[in-house]
Amino acid sequence: MTRELGQVPVHGLDQLAAQIPNGAKIAVPPDYSGVAMALTRAMIRRGLRDLHVVCVPVSGLQVEMLAGAGCLGTVETSAITLGEYGTAYRFQAALKAKQFRMMDATCPAVHAAIQAGGKGIPFMPLRGLLGTDLLKNRPDWTVIDNPFSKDEDPVVLLPAIRPDFAIFHAPFADRNGNVFIGRRRELVAMAHASTQSLVTVEEIRDVDLLASEESAAGTLTAAYIGGIAEAPRGAWPIKLWDIYDYDEPHLKLYGEMARTSEGFARYCDQFVQDQKAAE
Amino acid sequence: MSFSRQELLITTIARLLQGCRLVATGASSPIPGAGALLARAQSNGKMRVNVLGSVRNDFLCDGGVELFDLAGQGRLDAFFLGGGQIDGEANINLVGAGGEYPQTNVRWPGSFGSGYLYYLVPRVILFREEHSRRVLVPKVDFISSAGPKNDGTYRPGGPIGLLTNLCWFAFDRDKRRFRLDSVHPGHTVEEVRDNTGFDFDCPDSVPATASPDAATLTLLRTRIAAEIAETYPRFVAQVFPDLAAAGE
Repeated sequence: MTRELGQVPVHGLDQLAAQIPNGAKIAVPPDYSGVAMALTRAMIRRGLRDLHVVCVPVSGLQVEMLAGAGCLGTVETSAITLGEYGTAYRFQAALKAKQFRMMDATCPAVHAAIQAGGKGIPFMPLRGLLGTDLLKNRPDWTVIDNPFSKDEDPVVLLPAIRPDFAIFHAPFADRNGNVFIGRRRELVAMAHASTQSLVTVEEIRDVDLLASEESAAGTLTAAYIGGIAEAPRGAWPIKLWDIYDYDEPHLKLYGEMARTSEGFARYCDQFVQDQKAAE
Repeated sequence: MSFSRQELLITTIARLLQGCRLVATGASSPIPGAGALLARAQSNGKMRVNVLGSVRNDFLCDGGVELFDLAGQGRLDAFFLGGGQIDGEANINLVGAGGEYPQTNVRWPGSFGSGYLYYLVPRVILFREEHSRRVLVPKVDFISSAGPKNDGTYRPGGPIGLLTNLCWFAFDRDKRRFRLDSVHPGHTVEEVRDNTGFDFDCPDSVPATASPDAATLTLLRTRIAAEIAETYPRFVAQVFPDLAAAGE
């Protein structure tokens, strides 16, 4: 029998990954918010294909690894960067080989379209973007004349983004399936826009986050959450807030191995397929 | 007092930020971050600075969208943008070069917030250390964000100029051209010309970029270096090795 926190089922990592079908549209956060890397490895083990990943608003190692493993159908993002840890070789190689469709954006455009999704409205206007090749290469975006302006005032409209799943990692869930997200409000926006959120947590605590104003203010309420898995160090080798830092030696190792697809395959054998090595 | 290339860039940035109330810096920006923190220290408490990636110097608490909303509200006075390519009309390219998009020969991380902030932040400082013909091109291969044109686009923001390892170009919005404003000590107008791929205006006499005074350098090497070390420890170890050694 599956354990439950209130109405939220608690799964193992592979069981949580099994909720995601091929072709699903998933929203993922930037490194500083809490990236569900243990779940990402489970998704690669599952052999998912044709995922549409919406990076809110950028991503790094997560999309790099999904690209290397051939899981991607579409990438919608404002940047893919491993920062100081080098080049996203597998992402770049997969892009060049046309293994997925690329939708380049700018950060506030992703935020605005996700907010529209969360509000259940069809689109959101956004300033900027006029005259860019970003706009030129996004046939899904359109330009209208501001209907409230006396003078000509072109403004870009972005269709709402409604992902199937928001996927992220957080420090803890409470006994009712509420998740502590602190000031990482983009996680709330992602969860509101998505049909459901699949969340991994460092631990489950026997507390009630909604019992005080102080903790409730930093909480994503359980109503949005479709499943939780406990995954200690679940963001590894990425950092989690100020709780643990990037695993620099490991990221260096990744950077060296992922230069070639053969090296990446060896990395996956060692750290993705063999769960014990990573988790 | 002698100073390093990075110290000149930081103190130049601090000067360009004078009078701002709110300044933010983006990803991978140690020199703009140090420049902003220096400007704050010199502002007598009149300037707020938000350093992306910092804990002590990041006051935002409404998620990733808040910085962009601040810009939309007109509260963000200055920001920094770079580019894999920058052209003479101040178009910037953060996506890729050569080949056909999206399968470009070279792929950079992506446009980040540039496609929006460039239009809304009044004092955008273009900053790219490498001053070469492969970066400063006649025309960018991909426009991540467009230089200002008088085409009716809502645009309270835009570039005030471009700072590189060699010089400071001011941007003339009416002419849509850069003008060589100052050349850094130890470099020449010819060197700038040889390494710039776009046309720019050049007065008969170009002054040297102002050197920092001793008090500014002392402030930078002590308090500011310590402040920026929280976010960019490797940068501080490289540029301020004495401070890094003292902190260990």
